[in-house]
Amino acid sequence: MSGLMAGKRGLIMGLANEKSLAWGIAQQLHAQGAELAFSYQGEALEKRVRPLADQLGSDFLVECDVSDMAALDTAFDTLAARWPTIDFIVHAIGFSDKNELRGKYVDTSLDNFLMTMNISAYSMVAVTKRAAAMMPNGGSILTLSYYGAEKVIPHYNVMGVAKAALETSVKYLAMDLGPDNIRVNAISAGPIKTLAASGIGDFRYILKWNELNSPLRRNVTIEDVGGAGLYLLSDLASGVTGEIHHVDAGYNVVGMKAEDAPDIGLS
Amino acid sequence: MSETADRVKKIVVEHLGVEAEKVTEEASFIDDLGADSLDIVELVMAFEEEFGVEIPDDAAEKIATVKDAISFIDANKG
Repeated sequence: MSGLMAGKRGLIMGLANEKSLAWGIAQQLHAQGAELAFSYQGEALEKRVRPLADQLGSDFLVECDVSDMAALDTAFDTLAARWPTIDFIVHAIGFSDKNELRGKYVDTSLDNFLMTMNISAYSMVAVTKRAAAMMPNGGSILTLSYYGAEKVIPHYNVMGVAKAALETSVKYLAMDLGPDNIRVNAISAGPIKTLAASGIGDFRYILKWNELNSPLRRNVTIEDVGGAGLYLLSDLASGVTGEIHHVDAGYNVVGMKAEDAPDIGLS
Repeated sequence: MSETADRVKKIVVEHLGVEAEKVTEEASFIDDLGADSLDIVELVMAFEEEFGVEIPDDAAEKIATVKDAISFIDANKG
């Protein structure tokens, strides 16, 4: 098989369904010749991931709860038993109690703060440590973030704080692993209606606002994210690490509402 | 049967992989059709896409049966 990813293999973590950003990335990696394994958490996600993996010619599924360090070890042992080395990882994992993804950040509970940080930020550190051990020839690790890490977005709350920790982790991990030619980057994607986004309050309003006010005057798609993911995971981005790459139709450069954008109400 | 009902049932059959006969108006997504909580979220997203309606969280939480979905869509579609 030829293509940008020919001869490379890696693990996709956090695929949920055909609307997932991870799916947009996985499809483009596959189209360029990558061999893919997939991790999932629990039966409900396994039954969703299996047919998607099958579509991309993969029967390699690994169960993995990233909040459990022993389970992570087991998952990477299972991966290494079949593939002693890998070239890339896509970390597309985050979680928070949806009751705290509405209302005020000041009301965040300690338990949910710690859980959100654990699953959405620390898991990237734990995954990177284990993945790096399987990358003797270098590699590329990619995670997914959102603008709510940088600026206040309504209802994003503790997830924004966790994404800030994730983005800063990307920079520290890039420094740690750079000498081993392992690159670590994030895509900060514009809002996309995924299963995960359905937990965020007033998400339709956020989508509409971005569509009307971003320079490209549209929302991004999982194909847009997939293209950028392919670039960062392939040798095209061989000189890029520690980068938070915005794939957001340019929204992050905007300082105020576009003059031609209508005022919109909450529906 | 209304056009909305036909389209709702088609989506339910395709998404949950259940036999069409089982998708009666009284059928509960979770109790009768084997849906899990992620299926419910995915079904609501599929209904929104198919009918161009917005189903807010508090309304989605009240949609338990096929009939509940049809009634909400008929009442709210443009």
